[in-house]
Amino acid sequence: MEQGRKMVEVMNFNFFYGHAQCLKNISFDIAAHQVTSIIGPSGCGKSTFLRCLNRMNDLIPSARMEGSIKIDGQDISAPGLDVVSLRKKVGMVFQKPNPFPKSIFDNVAYGLRINGTVDKHIGDKVEESLKNAVLWDEVKSRLHESALSLSGGQQQRLCVARALAIAPEIVLMDEPASALDPVATAKLEELIIRLKQKYTIIIVTHNMQQAARISDMTAFFMQGDLVEFGLTNQIFTRPKKQITEEYITGRFG
Amino acid sequence: MVRKEKFIEGFFFINGMAVIIVLLGIFVLLIVNAIPAFRDISVWDFLTGKVWNPEAYGKPSFGIVSMVVSTLMVTAGSLIVAIPLGIGTAAYLTDVASPRVREIAKPVVEILAGIPSVVIGFLGIVLVGPIIAKLTHQTSGLNAINGSILLAVMALPTIISLSEDALSSVPKSYTEASWALGANKWQTLITVKIPAASSGILAACMLGMGRAIGETMTVLMACGNASAFPHSFIDPVKTMTATIAIELGEVPYNTTHYYSLFAVGLVLFIFTFFVNLVSDTFLHKYEKVNR
Ligand SMILES: Nc1ncnc2c1ncn2[C@@H]1O[C@H](COP(=O)(O)OP(=O)(O)O)[C@@H](O)[C@H]1O
Ligand SMILES: [Mg+2]
Repeated sequence: MEQGRKMVEVMNFNFFYGHAQCLKNISFDIAAHQVTSIIGPSGCGKSTFLRCLNRMNDLIPSARMEGSIKIDGQDISAPGLDVVSLRKKVGMVFQKPNPFPKSIFDNVAYGLRINGTVDKHIGDKVEESLKNAVLWDEVKSRLHESALSLSGGQQQRLCVARALAIAPEIVLMDEPASALDPVATAKLEELIIRLKQKYTIIIVTHNMQQAARISDMTAFFMQGDLVEFGLTNQIFTRPKKQITEEYITGRFG
Repeated sequence: MVRKEKFIEGFFFINGMAVIIVLLGIFVLLIVNAIPAFRDISVWDFLTGKVWNPEAYGKPSFGIVSMVVSTLMVTAGSLIVAIPLGIGTAAYLTDVASPRVREIAKPVVEILAGIPSVVIGFLGIVLVGPIIAKLTHQTSGLNAINGSILLAVMALPTIISLSEDALSSVPKSYTEASWALGANKWQTLITVKIPAASSGILAACMLGMGRAIGETMTVLMACGNASAFPHSFIDPVKTMTATIAIELGEVPYNTTHYYSLFAVGLVLFIFTFFVNLVSDTFLHKYEKVNR
């Protein structure tokens, strides 16, 4: 495990929806095996930034990007990039738990099957992923029941397991706890902290305490600008910019 | 105010009851008219006899097996053509076509549903028939396969339109989840969207099937109407609907032949009833899984 390795390098990155510029000249680096929080008022471009990292914005016809994002040294904004292999490397967990209307097992196996994993290995990998997502003990006796029969918190951890199954290096999470109750949120946070040993985690959150609890680094976005980026500890105790302090102390947002 | 509400309530109650009464009335009428047929023919002979020759001199036969098989053949044939084509078109419209193409294609498909069955039957005689005759080296192309193709054309708009609705109401979050796991458009369509839309697609196919089983004019015109037991799709066939339509107009009132046609109608009614029942149970089953 190389702690200081740069996993994501963002350089002079701009993003547009049609003519509306949504991200303005963003530059910063994200280190491997850390949890990086992205915070900021709603509409500032947090989700948009996250979705650039696995090229999910390709689904939006008017979307356009400039500048570069390198993941593991490879520029992912190039038009000819193989998005499928990018998305295998960069998993994603969404705001609202979105398991497929299939069994628990089939949800986790989905990515494996898509990527042509041989059937005899799938069972083991499903088990391993569910264990990694700290869900195995709760579901091992009901793997073939519908995923929709799980509670919201379990569904979200299932979505984490589904993302982990294809062995990504980075896991993106867009406000993954916003639809969960406090107990389920605490479990998810515990899980996120565990996961950074194996994965690089980038999480969008509007919950300051959550960012402070779980992340090593924090990036504060506002109106498409990256206002401040640094150690979470430093951002929350000694922010360099006035506006960061105002946001963190809840004076707007 | 209260009186007005009572009035409106009563109005809708009467409407609802009227529909139920009409439906029951049809069912009762069929049964009442079918029963006298079995004074002269045994139910067993009726259900298992292969020969339908009610006007034969001396010893008429009333076996419906040939026409039941004909109906099933034509229906199955039409579904084999229409289901893959219909789902494929629906998938194309939701996932591949540009918004412009979709805007034009959807209303066109729906207009297709409004083409009178006589016109389709006519096309079967002058267009599809000759082509089949040429390809199969027969003198006539009026046979089961002709009927299957025409019924497929008639069932397609229903299947396309309803499947398209079902596919496009699959939550976007499923598509996104699938993309994020490295699936491409086709994998997402086949492994996520179609299964998630399966209840709607199944309903679409069942409705298409209902249309095919009950369709009369088209099969009457295009299937050749031979009462003999069909052995292949290039044999001419006479379906239950065609038999009733052709014979009921000429049959003497209150004869066994007359009543037996109502019995055929009753069998047809039971068929469509079961199709609806099966599709309903499927729908409920899938609804539960999807919840
Ligand atoms: N698909 C889209 N098309 C056009 N504009 C969008 C789209 N998605 C988001 N936006 C706009 O981009 C800006 C940033 O949105 P988003 O990244 O979702 O913000 P956040 O996640 O920080 O709340 C907002 O002004 C939003 O209205
Ligand atoms: Mg957002």
